[in-house]
Amino acid sequence: MGFPHKIHERETPVLSRHFGEPEARSLDGWRARGGYKALQQALAMDPAAITIVVKESGLRGRGGAGFPTGVKWSFMKPGDGKPHYLCVNADESEPGTFKDREIMRWTPHALVEGSAIAAYAIGAETTYVYIRGEFTEPLEQMNAAVKEAYAAGILGPNAMGSGKRVDVHVHKGAGAYICGEETALMNSLEGRRGNPRIKPPFPAVAGLFGKPTTINNVETLAAVPHILTNGADWYKGFGRKDNPKSTGTKLYSVCGNVRYPGNYEVPMGFPFKDFLYELCGGPPRGRSFKAVIPGGSSVPIMTMEEADGALMDYEGFVAAGSMLGSGGVILFDDQQCMVRQIARLARFYAHESCAQCTQCREGTAWTTKILERIRDGAGTPADLDTLMDLAEQMTGKTICVLSDSCATPVVSGITKFRSEFEALIKPSRSTVAAASPAAALA
Amino acid sequence: MSGDGPAREMGQKSSPSALTASHGDRGLDTPYEPVFVGARRAELDELLTRYPTKMAALLPALWTVQEDRGWVSPEAMAEVAQLLSLTPAYVKGVVTFYTMYHQHPVGRHFVQVCTTTPCNVCGAEDVVKALLQHTKCGELGVTSDDGRFTVIEVECLGACGFATPVMINDRFVEGVTPETVPQLLAGLG
Repeated sequence: MGFPHKIHERETPVLSRHFGEPEARSLDGWRARGGYKALQQALAMDPAAITIVVKESGLRGRGGAGFPTGVKWSFMKPGDGKPHYLCVNADESEPGTFKDREIMRWTPHALVEGSAIAAYAIGAETTYVYIRGEFTEPLEQMNAAVKEAYAAGILGPNAMGSGKRVDVHVHKGAGAYICGEETALMNSLEGRRGNPRIKPPFPAVAGLFGKPTTINNVETLAAVPHILTNGADWYKGFGRKDNPKSTGTKLYSVCGNVRYPGNYEVPMGFPFKDFLYELCGGPPRGRSFKAVIPGGSSVPIMTMEEADGALMDYEGFVAAGSMLGSGGVILFDDQQCMVRQIARLARFYAHESCAQCTQCREGTAWTTKILERIRDGAGTPADLDTLMDLAEQMTGKTICVLSDSCATPVVSGITKFRSEFEALIKPSRSTVAAASPAAALA
Repeated sequence: MSGDGPAREMGQKSSPSALTASHGDRGLDTPYEPVFVGARRAELDELLTRYPTKMAALLPALWTVQEDRGWVSPEAMAEVAQLLSLTPAYVKGVVTFYTMYHQHPVGRHFVQVCTTTPCNVCGAEDVVKALLQHTKCGELGVTSDDGRFTVIEVECLGACGFATPVMINDRFVEGVTPETVPQLLAGLG
């Protein structure tokens, strides 16, 4: 199993501080590193007060959508006589993203603790950690951590002697990207096909088993104990002074054509150029970067001109023409054919479409077909317009955003790297003739 | 699916052990041995206490079947259906949705190679070629003649920074290159 890189001096390791320390995986090791103090503190607090601290900290969802966590928690209404659930989204499958995997591999108790605090804050009696089936090592670590926590009385009917019940169960997925979509995850947990549900009702009203549910990403929950221990102001202290909307630190998974791939943790607002060239070491020797996807495969592709000026936070990436997404940074060097790689991304979405909505089922399949024929030199000049038209039909029209996610790299790719597509499309005799009769005669 | 009688009947009333199987390598007309007996049954009963519905234990139960039998046969689907008060058709609908459940027997070593974009730009397709060659599978999804290997491409294994990740059954190996493939396969029976 791969070990993480040595922490770079410009990193701010909060969640990743103990990555690479096998001793941090055990309960004793975690306690020796200050673990479970935050949970102890939380269990002595009024649950609503915990939500207020999280709200004040400015913590936003780290799974991709960036919804304020404290606000999400405040939608839950404990004491309404219904069961309440917390779902932990550990179905990390967004191409380019592997941060939750490392949190669970190296610091499983951080997630157990964060989940227990969240469950207590929102009044959820039961928590399910839904981990994708391919994550054999994270599953093993999480199962061991939960078992240890139960044996030590941290979880169970009398959590840490507080008289409060906190239950956490690990649930293994079975291979479906779509189960990372929150309502698909709930369907899957219930033993159904992982089809996303139409919203509303939102999970806080009718989620898992039709009961009020909150669902949070692994990284989001792992940050909660630190916020509780150090306070909301400490967390707000990370980030740009001129952008209070993005606070805290963020884990970025760096992969593709880059010298030092791996997980890096930096405060919000970090300059993207420094990140790519100083921390990640720039492109492989003798190459140069051509393009980057900064937030997992579902966000727009950036040119290096756009990337050079970007600041790494929710608003900074939007201003630079993309999105923070899940923080999966995929790099492409000058040897890569963008058409080929965008076609490969489209194939991913076509494979992972749950096929519920026509626009997605047909759209992802046709997008892939057309892109692959362009890649293979069989494209026609009309194909690019067809792709753009398809992308428009695939955006904002389906139950979930998988279809939109397929359209995003296609649109940004064609817009920003059009010449690469055109170079592969040789104008046919008939279309040239139609456009300019003189050219056909010449 | 053959759609033959036994599997259908099983989900309705009769006991799984009284039925015959017509799939897999057990040979024709061998009685179906239920998966959920003894310790595995006890495990399932414990699992059911974690969820408010029986149906929620479906994915875990199917995992138990696959761990025990190597794949999920129609008979096993029917057994699970009966235990969880579902219909075999419903269970099949769920099994076919998820890519990790095998609906056919596969090689002893089931090899999954990630070829999605981040691994693709790092040369994952060459790893696939090397695996197909060294396992003598020749083609994706085909089991080698000696029954040892099946190689498939898989969409994003979530280890993009450690390209190329390969899973061999439950073993997750990072940073595989065409050069390390022979070493990776060495010692596998």
